[in-house]
Amino acid sequence: MVTLTPLEAELLEIAGSVLDPELPVVTLRELGVLRAVHVRAADAVEVELTPTYTGCPAVEAMSLDIERALHAHGVREVTVRTVLSPAWSTDDISAEGRRKLREFGIAPPRVRAASEPVGVTLGPTRTLAPEPTADPGGAALEPIRCPHCGSTDTELLSRFSSTACKALRRCLDCREPFDHFKEL
Amino acid sequence: MTTTTHTRTAALALGDDALVLSHRLGEWMGHAPVLEEEVALGNIALDLLGQARILLSMAGDEDELAYLREERAFRNLQLVEQPNGDFAHTIVRQLYFSTYQHLLYGRLAATEGPFAGLAAKAVKEVAYHRDHAEQWTLRLGDGTEESHGRTQVACTALWRFTGEMFRPVDGLGLDPAELEPAWLESVRGVLKRAGLAVPEGPRTGAWSAGAGREGLHTESFGRMLAEMQHLHRSHPGASW
Repeated sequence: MVTLTPLEAELLEIAGSVLDPELPVVTLRELGVLRAVHVRAADAVEVELTPTYTGCPAVEAMSLDIERALHAHGVREVTVRTVLSPAWSTDDISAEGRRKLREFGIAPPRVRAASEPVGVTLGPTRTLAPEPTADPGGAALEPIRCPHCGSTDTELLSRFSSTACKALRRCLDCREPFDHFKEL
Repeated sequence: MTTTTHTRTAALALGDDALVLSHRLGEWMGHAPVLEEEVALGNIALDLLGQARILLSMAGDEDELAYLREERAFRNLQLVEQPNGDFAHTIVRQLYFSTYQHLLYGRLAATEGPFAGLAAKAVKEVAYHRDHAEQWTLRLGDGTEESHGRTQVACTALWRFTGEMFRPVDGLGLDPAELEPAWLESVRGVLKRAGLAVPEGPRTGAWSAGAGREGLHTESFGRMLAEMQHLHRSHPGASW
């Protein structure tokens, strides 16, 4: 991690407090998409932003919101640059971000076990296809919990939901449908 | 040729694959069999469009490349330009292509080349596309007599376009032929589990005449491009 100057730390804080346009409870810092802020000259700042998905249309809205926030703080020239490497992962979402997603009614992405697969207790599921206990990359996953009642007895309705980053599920205890932020 | 020109050639090939398939999937909007599939196909199309924008920007101006090139200048595989047909046809096209793209991006992500960054990002998205296609192939193949029959027809009809995926691409940094054994093993495995016969016909031949990577496309591609490029060509520089 590069050491930040006090000014860069301050600007990172401001840019990081911008809310996600699609999930307006989570900040860009909590989402883990803000990579760096560089002061290039007096009044000129470059911000590095990484997309959640390559085709995510929210990136443009995020860039505009960052520019607006920094302009309001007196920065004259703001350049937002999109960086791809290292690729964003749902593991970059902070614990606070996950808590806020759950409160917003979205089951947060599960954290991947980096080491050996861990034994997990799975609730009964009624999806026809067996519930994956690992993501497509093979990492072990814990069961998904309904964000409303906490039950692990949920079923998959569709692998893709209102946005590319979410899947649509239904809780079989409280019967509420909910979005699940897919592990990426 | 300089290294940059080689990279541009490969970026165009991969970018055109993503762009053209994205447009084909977009044609399902308003027509998909159920709402969930409408959303799923739209999301997959959006992922592909995001990849296309990055890849085409490596090759030049993304809008000029997408909207102002003639048919012969496109370098996409003939597979991705094939019309949607019925839902089974679209799913089999997805199975054949996303299996290939997932293997390709997985390999590219492990290289030091110019495509590593995008590939590392996109391989995770394409894993979901592949899973979606595999799950649907199993449901359709192992479903009703009607769904089984239609899926079998699609498997056989699209088989002859699958050989092209494994031909060399200048500037790619790896030989796609190395992906072929894994592709065959995976696709054959899914088809067998779905109760579908693995097609036995040739996967390339004289009819392909060098195929899409050489700029030679099938009949329906021109019509697709006419629709895709119409607005931009009629109203140059239009914005909203």
